[in-house]
Amino acid sequence: MNEEILVDARDLRCPLPVLRLARAVRGLPAGSAATVLATDPAVEHDVPAWARMRGHAVLTCEQVAGTWRITVLVGPPA
Amino acid sequence: MLPEARAAWLAALDDGWSDPRRLHREGGTARMLLDGAREAVAELLGVRADEVSFPPDHARTAAAAVLGCALPGAGHVVVSAVEHSAVLHAASWPGPGTGRRRVVEVAVGSEGVVDTSAFVAALTGAGLACLQHGNGEIGTLQPLAPVHAAAAAAGVPLVVDAAASLGQVPLPSAFDVLLGAPRSWGSVPGVGLLVVRRAVRWRAHEPGESSASRPAGEVPGEVDVPAALAAAVSLRTVLAERGGDGAITGSGDADRRHELVSQVRRAAAGIRDVQVHGPAEHRLPHVVTFSVLYLPGDELVRRLDAAGFAVASGSACTADTLRPSHVLAAVGGLSHGNVRLVLPREVSSAAVGRFCSTLPRVVEDLRRELGVVDL
Repeated sequence: MNEEILVDARDLRCPLPVLRLARAVRGLPAGSAATVLATDPAVEHDVPAWARMRGHAVLTCEQVAGTWRITVLVGPPA
Repeated sequence: MLPEARAAWLAALDDGWSDPRRLHREGGTARMLLDGAREAVAELLGVRADEVSFPPDHARTAAAAVLGCALPGAGHVVVSAVEHSAVLHAASWPGPGTGRRRVVEVAVGSEGVVDTSAFVAALTGAGLACLQHGNGEIGTLQPLAPVHAAAAAAGVPLVVDAAASLGQVPLPSAFDVLLGAPRSWGSVPGVGLLVVRRAVRWRAHEPGESSASRPAGEVPGEVDVPAALAAAVSLRTVLAERGGDGAITGSGDADRRHELVSQVRRAAAGIRDVQVHGPAEHRLPHVVTFSVLYLPGDELVRRLDAAGFAVASGSACTADTLRPSHVLAAVGGLSHGNVRLVLPREVSSAAVGRFCSTLPRVVEDLRRELGVVDL
């Protein structure tokens, strides 16, 4: 079972949350899950946009008290 | 800024028409000048002079249009997801005594075109609808004709924000209320442009001498007379270069800039991991925006500025609100690393060519420095 990766990018401004998430999933096998926590509102749309560009899928996206929590499923390598 | 606009504005300034004392002392003459500007604009747009007014700026023009038309208790407001923020703010503004209006926002496709059938469906029970003519960020042209026809059948007035499109593409006619931005067509700051057709039930949303009358019941002193004169003169100039009916002529500057924007789009799309937004062909001729994955928009803009190119950005890091462009969000586009170009009328083709050949190097240099080349 793949270990879930958690990227804490709270208080970091765009594009750092997406950058940190991209670095965290680099080399992970398809089917791995990774979650990013961020306070920058741009992540709500930029993480899905990045995921589409890289072939990953967004599993969940929720916001609680100003913090977004987005979980992606790593896709097959390009 | 168009030389004609600048000349008209300076002439009016020199004649003293920005001096409140002169406006008061010679109020009759000032009103004649203002009426002349209104008549000139009306003739160019194919509307009546008493339907034209000059609010101070685009935000106040949007507020006057939306708050003046959306009478209390008259149903919800329909807007597209890519309307200018001034229109969205006005639509959701509670206003004194009216309570918060319900706003129905209609989604757009990946190129920014509104879902026509969804928009039409939302007109049922609506009191007002807002659909822009062309989008100032991604250039998308909206299907005004079918939407206006449906709105008319439903008895819903349609507000068309043409701030980005007036003077750039053929004039729209499918509107009940029209918003214009003289700055966008090359005039001086100081006035916006509002057209409210006589058939529309409209009333002023803020106190003033004109509150009991049509928008055209304006008072010089409330209106920046030199800016209004400059707007009228420059609108004639930009529409003249397109042919008397506003249609694109084969030799018009719009065609040249449309091709220059296509050049920029191709150059940006040719760089790895760059997303170019908006439609390739059916769009405004003079705007282009693209987003570069992993790069911060503010640093990208700084580097392009250092290379001699004045560009803007829709990224959150460059906005005073620190929120990213709602237009990019609406089309599902990447908002970080965003660069926006607006090509003015006199833009040099050579300069655009230099931009296209400089852009790849600027992107690669910044990628290398940030260590994202293999990400």
